[in-house]
Amino acid sequence: MHVGLSHYLILGSLLFALSVVGIFLNRKNVIILLMAIELMLLAVNTNFIAFSHYLGNPTGQIFVFFILTVAAAESAIGLAILVLLFRNLKTINVDDMDVLKG
Amino acid sequence: MTLLLSFSEIVFYFLAAVLLYAGLRVITTRNPVQAALFLVLAFFTAAGIWMLLQAEFLAITLVLVYVGAVMVLFLFVVMMLDINLDRLREGFWDYFPLAGFVGVLMAIEMVMVLGTRHFGADWVIEPAPHAADYSNTAELGHLLYTDYVLPFELAAVILLVAIIAAIALTMRRRKNSKYTDPAQQVKVKRDDRLRIVKMQADVEQSVGIDGES
Repeated sequence: MHVGLSHYLILGSLLFALSVVGIFLNRKNVIILLMAIELMLLAVNTNFIAFSHYLGNPTGQIFVFFILTVAAAESAIGLAILVLLFRNLKTINVDDMDVLKG
Repeated sequence: MTLLLSFSEIVFYFLAAVLLYAGLRVITTRNPVQAALFLVLAFFTAAGIWMLLQAEFLAITLVLVYVGAVMVLFLFVVMMLDINLDRLREGFWDYFPLAGFVGVLMAIEMVMVLGTRHFGADWVIEPAPHAADYSNTAELGHLLYTDYVLPFELAAVILLVAIIAAIALTMRRRKNSKYTDPAQQVKVKRDDRLRIVKMQADVEQSVGIDGES
């Protein structure tokens, strides 16, 4: 069976669904939550690049470039917040972060 | 339909299998360090898949930026934190039925939509290969510095903001440390530092220096 656009799209959607399951399962561990978000972004980026390749339009790759930039910034700030949280609470368990009583 | 797979198909299916396996291990493994390492594997494999899609620049960027920088940051943080894994893991599989249901439903929906027949993805034919002197990096560079120069600058600003935010969040100032405040140093006046003392002029009997007479 020839590898076409839909193969890459289905691969991306499987990876995305997998990371959604990961967010459900690791709802207590903030680090794994951040990793699941990175996996989601990876799946989306794969879709962008597949469309960019098959439709012959490099704009999709530019978009992936910017997504990578923003994702790197996001994970840097997220990890900084995580370090700060651990320094103050001595835990990264989501259940313990209930000081706002929301 | 022939069962023989061409080389690129074998590579695609192999990389896809490794990618899904690595993703599965990221979300299910017990040790966060292992999860980070499997995420490295996932990024690396995804770079291979992007290479199959002839996005060479982004594939290398993914390896350099993600595997090289972001994942190292993740590993640093994971190893710095002293995590009680047993508390984090308790009730891990509690939500699995719901999660599995949602995940499988999402996957089935997207596969149904994106599958070849309904989405019309089979109309999109494999594009003709680029010429031998085609450079993906050059093409993206031309686009970035002409059409997308404003978003490019904005991305730079976002990175700057991220740097400053990360440093400002995690910077810890010790209370008992002695440090000088540059603003105070700049504001200092002559009178704060210099005291002119009036005193009697004292004439010394000068003695000739050696070699002079």
